[in-house]
Amino acid sequence: MSDLAPFLIALPILGSVVALLIGLARSETGWPVAVVAMIGQTGLAAWLAYQVFTGGPIEYVVGGFEVPYGIELVIDGLSASMIVLIATVALGVLAYAHAAGPRSNPFYGTYLLLVAGLTGVCITGDVFNMYVFLEITGLAAYALVASGRSGRSAVAALKYLIVGTVGASLFLLGVGYAYIATGTLNMADLAAKLAAVGYTSTLVQTAFAFVVIGLFIKVAVFPLHTWQPEAYAGAPDSVSAFIAALVSTVGAYALARMILSVFTVDFLAANPLARDLLVAGAMVSIVAGSALAVAQTEIKRMLAYSSVSQFGLVLAALSVTNRTALIGAAVHLVGHAIMKGGLFLTAGLVATGTGARTVDGYEGLSDRMPIAAGAFAVLALAMVGVPPMVGFAGKWYIALGAIEAQIWPLAVVILASTLLTLAYFARLIERMYFREAASVGDGPTAEAETGSPTGDAVLADGGRVTAGMYLAVLAAAVLAATLGVAVVEYGRLLEPTLELLLA
Amino acid sequence: MIDLVAARVHYLVTFLLLGIGTYMMIGNRNLVKKVIGMNVFQTGIFLFFISAAYIEGAGSPVLSSPGPYVSPLPHVLILTAIVVGVSLTAVALGLVVRIYDEYGTLETDVLREVRADE
Repeated sequence: MSDLAPFLIALPILGSVVALLIGLARSETGWPVAVVAMIGQTGLAAWLAYQVFTGGPIEYVVGGFEVPYGIELVIDGLSASMIVLIATVALGVLAYAHAAGPRSNPFYGTYLLLVAGLTGVCITGDVFNMYVFLEITGLAAYALVASGRSGRSAVAALKYLIVGTVGASLFLLGVGYAYIATGTLNMADLAAKLAAVGYTSTLVQTAFAFVVIGLFIKVAVFPLHTWQPEAYAGAPDSVSAFIAALVSTVGAYALARMILSVFTVDFLAANPLARDLLVAGAMVSIVAGSALAVAQTEIKRMLAYSSVSQFGLVLAALSVTNRTALIGAAVHLVGHAIMKGGLFLTAGLVATGTGARTVDGYEGLSDRMPIAAGAFAVLALAMVGVPPMVGFAGKWYIALGAIEAQIWPLAVVILASTLLTLAYFARLIERMYFREAASVGDGPTAEAETGSPTGDAVLADGGRVTAGMYLAVLAAAVLAATLGVAVVEYGRLLEPTLELLLA
Repeated sequence: MIDLVAARVHYLVTFLLLGIGTYMMIGNRNLVKKVIGMNVFQTGIFLFFISAAYIEGAGSPVLSSPGPYVSPLPHVLILTAIVVGVSLTAVALGLVVRIYDEYGTLETDVLREVRADE
C-alpha cells in the first residue's frame, strides 16, 4: 500500500485549495473543510504508520523516475511518528481554533498548506525536495503569524521571514556543496557517495557546516533563535500553539535526518569538530534558553524561550548519536510538541477567559479558572520532567545516552536543565495556587478592557471560552501525563529504524 | 595567480553577493532595503549553482554534436528556487505594506520608538 504515501502531501494541498475556492462563494466556511481534510489526513497517517511499524519502511518513487534520478518518498519509523504527530496536533489545534482562531477561509487554506509542508519535510527522501518543503513550511508559517490583526504580528512575521529565509538559503548552499561533491540529491545515494568522496574532504565538511547552521536557524538554537520569541508572542493564540508545537520540531527532524541519514554517524566520528559544534550548540541553548525564559514577564515569550532550551536537549541527543539518546530525541520531539502546544493553548485560554498575559496576571488563577490552571500545572510539570510523564521519559533517555557516551559536561547540563526548567515554571505554579487573586483584583480585568500593551496582538474574534477550547487543552494535558507509560513500547518499535540509521 | 582568480571569478562574485546581501539585511534600517538584501543574498546562491553546472569537457548523453555542454539539473533546481524566492518577496512586501499602514514608517529605528509607546 505504499501508493498512499503521496496523498499525505496531496490531501492537505487539495483541502487548502478547496477552502480558498469555497471562500469565494461563502466566507467563514474554511473550518469544516479543514476538519474534514485533517480527519482524512490523520487516518491516512495512522494507517501508513501502522504499515511502517509492522512491515518496515515504505518507499515510493514519484512519477515513475528511477531512484536516484527521481524524487523518492521514504517513510521509516522516525518519519512515521512525525506524520502522525503533525496530523494529530493539527486536528487538536483546529478544535481550539473553532471559537478562538481567525475565522477567514484564507487562514484555513494557509493552515492546511502548512500541514502539507511539514508532512513533506518528514517523508521526502531527496535533499532539494526537502529545501522546497522547508520553504513551503516557512511561507505558510510567516503568513499564519501575520494573521493576527495588529501591527505587532506583521513586524514579527517580517523578522521571521527574513531570518527564516537566510536559514533555508544556507541549507540550500550546503545542499549545493554536497551536490558538487557527489552529483546526486537522493539521500540514500548521497550517503553512499559522500562516504566515497571522503568525510574529511573540505567540500563535504563545508556542506555539513552550511546545512547544520541553516537548520539551527530553523530549529531556533541559541544564538540563532532571535526570530522565535517575537514570532510566537506576536501570532494569534491558536497559531502560536500550532507553530510552536510543529515548525521547530520538523526543523529538528530535518536536522536529524541530514545528520543521521545523509552525513551519517561515521562523518561525526571522522570530524570531532563537527560533533563539538553540535555539543556546544546544545549546551549553550539549554542554559541560555532557560536563563532568558526566567527573565520574561510575558507568558508566551517565556514559553518561546523554553522551546529554545528544550530543543537544546534534542540537539544534545543528536550530538551523542547512540541508540538510547536517539530514542530520547524521538520521544522528546513528540512529547515537547504535545506539551508546548498544550501550554500555548492553555495560555490562550487563560487570556481569553481573564485577559491575563503576564506572569503576574496568573496570581490566584486556580480560583478563577481551576481547570485551566490545573491543565497548565500538569503540562508545566510534565515539561519539568516529573515521572512518569512524557517530559521525564525523553530527558531520561537523553541523559542516559550522554552518560553511556561518557560526554560528561553534556550529561551535567542535561540534568541541570531539569532544575532550570523548574526555575521558570515553579514561579508560575506558585502564583497560580499559593497567591491571592485579590492583590491584583482588578488588574487583569482592567488589562483586558483597555487592551494591555502585550494583549493587542491576539484575540482575533471576541473573548468567549468554549467547550472546544477546553477539550483541546485537556486532551493535551492528559496525553502529556499518560504518554510516558507508552515510551518503552515506542522505543521497541523504533529499534529497527535506529538500527538502520546508526548502521 | 591572476589566471587562477580569473577562472574562478564567478565564485568570487557569489561570495561578494552573499556578503553584500547579509550586510544589507543587518546594516540597513529601511525594511524594503532589507528585503532587497534578502534577494541579493539568494541571487548569490543562484549564481553559485549555475556556475557549478559548467564542467570542463562535459558530454551529453542524448546529443552527439560537439560541446560545450552544461549540466541541466542545477538550472532546473534554480528555476524552482527562483519561484520560491519570488513568493518570499511577495509575502515580505505584503507584510511591509501592512507595517507601513499600521505605523506610517519603514525605518526600523522609528518603528522601535513608535512601538515602545504601544
